[in-house]
Amino acid sequence: MSIWTYANPVKFLSLSARVQPVLWVLSLGCVAVGLIWGFFGTPDDFRQGSTVKIIYLHVPAALIAINAWFMMLITSLIWLIRRHHVSALAAKAAAPVGMVMTVIALLTGAIWGQPMWGTWWAWDPRLTSFLILFLFYLGYIALWEAVEDPDTAADLTSVLCLVGSVFAVLSRYAVQFWNQGLHQGTSVPVATGGRSVSDVFFYPLAISMVGFGLLFLALVFYRTGTEIRLRRAAALRARTMRQP
Amino acid sequence: MPDLGKYAFEVLSAYGVSLVMLALLVVLTLRRGRAARATLDAAEREAKRDG
Repeated sequence: MSIWTYANPVKFLSLSARVQPVLWVLSLGCVAVGLIWGFFGTPDDFRQGSTVKIIYLHVPAALIAINAWFMMLITSLIWLIRRHHVSALAAKAAAPVGMVMTVIALLTGAIWGQPMWGTWWAWDPRLTSFLILFLFYLGYIALWEAVEDPDTAADLTSVLCLVGSVFAVLSRYAVQFWNQGLHQGTSVPVATGGRSVSDVFFYPLAISMVGFGLLFLALVFYRTGTEIRLRRAAALRARTMRQP
Repeated sequence: MPDLGKYAFEVLSAYGVSLVMLALLVVLTLRRGRAARATLDAAEREAKRDG
């Protein structure tokens, strides 16, 4: 079976109904285990003290904030090239989730930064690119709400998503591009496998990261279903109104 | 409750803010989903009634 089968809204809703219970249980379970283990079951860091416990929220939220935009980029490209409505609606559904994750990453970063760096905020490359990513999320959501015709809205937001992807890449690699600023390098580089976090902190962090990823998927599946239903309802209402 | 030392306020506020935001996101998502189902049901009933 081709992946494009799920461009059919009915097929997508059927798949979504099957995978969602598993996703919700696994995601909430992993988030709970990761956070409880991290909060109650890990020691203080010898330099950062108990503030190291913020890592179990900050890193997973930042990971999803960036990757949500990449997911939106892929679904936006599918919309622009193949005109599948489900993909445009999936991008729309993911944006608020990505924005909330960006806000969590920014807030927990500020709260963590104050005692460690002596400041809530600095115009550091990674912090600044994350702030710009947040503004792109806001703009993307506002654009969907501002344009009445859904296909035009999907076209315009897809173009905005392509432009914003530059900042998503910058957010991810800012610390490598500019070797300056307060923010440290990547602690858990997935691509290279090397990490600077010891096992006692890494295991609960990994579970929390998996949990946040699954929670993102559960939310996007659910929210895409919501968007499909609202679109179907609008189409039915429009058809009813056109009848003499 | 672990001893968070002098950073108790920072750690607890980070967890508090994040968990509240995640809970709000989930609750608002589920509420909007239920409202969408009701809207679609009403639109389908209207469409059936009007032939």
